[in-house]
Amino acid sequence: MSDNGAVLSMKGISKRFGPVQALDEVDFTVGAGEVVGLVGDNGAGKSTLVKAIAGIYSIDAGEFSFEGRPVSIKGPNSATALGIATVYQDLALCDNLDVVANLFLGREVIAAGPGRLARILDETTMERRSHELLEQLSVTIPSVRSEVGTLSGGQRQQVAVARSLLGEPKLVMLDEPTAALGVPQTKQVLGLIKRLRERELGVIVVSHNLANVFEVCDRIFVLRLGRRAGDFDADETTEEQIVGAITGAEFGNGNGNGNGGPKGESA
Amino acid sequence: MRIAIPDSAAPAESPSEQASRSEIVRRFLQGDLVSLRVIFAIALIWLVFELQNDRFLSATNLTNLFLQITPVGLISVGVVLALLLGEIDLSIGAVSGLAAAVMAVLNVQHGWDPALAIVAGVLTGAAIGLGQGLLFTRFRIPSFVVTLAGLLAWQGALLQVLGKTGTVNLTNSSVVNLANTFYSDTVGWIIAAVAIGVYALVTLGGHWRRVRTGVTTEPLGLLILRVAVFAAVGIVAIVIFNSDRGLPLAVLILLGFVIGFQLLTTRTTFGRHLFAAGGSAEAARRAGIRVDGMRVFAFALCSSMAAVGGIMAASRLLAVNQSSGGSDLLLLAIAGPVIAGTSLFGGRGSVWSALLGAIVIGSISNGMDLLALESSVKFMVTGGVLLVAVVVDAVARMHRQAEGRV
Repeated sequence: MSDNGAVLSMKGISKRFGPVQALDEVDFTVGAGEVVGLVGDNGAGKSTLVKAIAGIYSIDAGEFSFEGRPVSIKGPNSATALGIATVYQDLALCDNLDVVANLFLGREVIAAGPGRLARILDETTMERRSHELLEQLSVTIPSVRSEVGTLSGGQRQQVAVARSLLGEPKLVMLDEPTAALGVPQTKQVLGLIKRLRERELGVIVVSHNLANVFEVCDRIFVLRLGRRAGDFDADETTEEQIVGAITGAEFGNGNGNGNGGPKGESA
Repeated sequence: MRIAIPDSAAPAESPSEQASRSEIVRRFLQGDLVSLRVIFAIALIWLVFELQNDRFLSATNLTNLFLQITPVGLISVGVVLALLLGEIDLSIGAVSGLAAAVMAVLNVQHGWDPALAIVAGVLTGAAIGLGQGLLFTRFRIPSFVVTLAGLLAWQGALLQVLGKTGTVNLTNSSVVNLANTFYSDTVGWIIAAVAIGVYALVTLGGHWRRVRTGVTTEPLGLLILRVAVFAAVGIVAIVIFNSDRGLPLAVLILLGFVIGFQLLTTRTTFGRHLFAAGGSAEAARRAGIRVDGMRVFAFALCSSMAAVGGIMAASRLLAVNQSSGGSDLLLLAIAGPVIAGTSLFGGRGSVWSALLGAIVIGSISNGMDLLALESSVKFMVTGGVLLVAVVVDAVARMHRQAEGRV
């Protein structure tokens, strides 16, 4: 994919932790309305890359550009301000609060009028907007007033994703969104990811589950030992080629894809 | 970009309404309707004592009961804020005594205006809470330890402030009147009428606003029932108070603080963040909530309420002495909200529980006094009630966990 229409494009990203080169000159791009699967073995650098984009780690070298403009991400808040939302695996929901409260946590709608000073909540508006948002995303939960602790894992995941959308992000990163979910719940979450694409968002999905990655992703980016081990078009690639790139075995078989094939890593 | 999925939320709502009866049973088991449970308990306790001694439910005794619970109820209101965060404040008893002593000494020995002296007492509490909150958040010392140190230190400060005589008698009428003012029948009725009117307006107005916006709302019948129950309780209360000495100012002050803090915790951003931080501090932090700042503020409010309760206790006793804020005050002020369903683990509970818990504990203590039981029996019975309440809470938590809730 070229930089035209790219939400996020990164060039030569490197990050070192002491003796470990976690990321080594990685180039990475996500377009609007594109779902990119980020795969790799444990320790391949997936989490480091996600955290670098989310502003949790500062990078040692490399350039970011967001919607075509060169930017530097100086911390989680600067990433959020750019329009990058991250849904971590532990979701960070408050189980004792209902869905509306969780969706708007930290960005509550304050009632107009004299209640402004006391920062009185506008529950009606928040509930209406929650309904609208969940409806747009076809998220089905018993009620927006159910406590999040009563929801299933899939519903919680969907609430966490929906929450990240309230900040009107351009790029959403999902860390292992289907881990620990049953088959029907996984289906719901994958459906939700497809609807993010329809909203013209850039989506990065970190996952160990290749079947899920193939189901939702347009492009699959493979990291191995901190380097790019391949950048595949999901429609023209087989699972074996991805596994090969992840493990470093049978390398080179996936070269015939539309993206010019993997480079930089030799087996 | 909108993807129109018409009515996808609508079918999800109707089954939940149909299932409302089993939903109520489930919520009862899981402890969500804990206020109802506590009200049953209060009714049972009152019935038992009334059968033992028919003076228990007399107007005079009920008025006394509410005067007795006012100080501990006020302190409990603050305790709820700490409990909602999953923290505890053990210094509230000592702080209540110290704040009352500061107020008394300034007023009686230094001739300060009573209002100024009261404000100084409350500010003493606020400053202590602020200090303890900062210590606990800055150095990551458990609040339990910080406030335990406070318990000892502020008891010492109380003795220091009281000086050699060890007691200060309150003579100023304004201070004494806090706990000894009773309104005339007419004023009582006016206050009740205004309260019922405001409650009805707020409840029904909120309902209509929600209907207009098209979001879910409780059935109108239930809301009307709620207003009717509120009105009935208000009217019965005024009838009882009026057939004794009248509506006490102290009870009005207690209700005022309970309602104020109930609104603060349920209707404002601060309250929402308090519950969030108590439920999952990490989630709250990631949502951009300044959790440590909230903790400090909550501890300052908690100590301020302890000071308010201490001043009310002093006004009732007409003096501050070395045992002010001592004895079982601390434990009862914490036990009350816990008995009435506020979790010790944070994130669950309400300010109402401070009032309901104080009524439970106060009723038991008052009833046993009427029966002239030994204090040995009183302590054991109160301990037993606390234990039963905590077991009931634990069972409710297990029911919740069985459904995967926390």
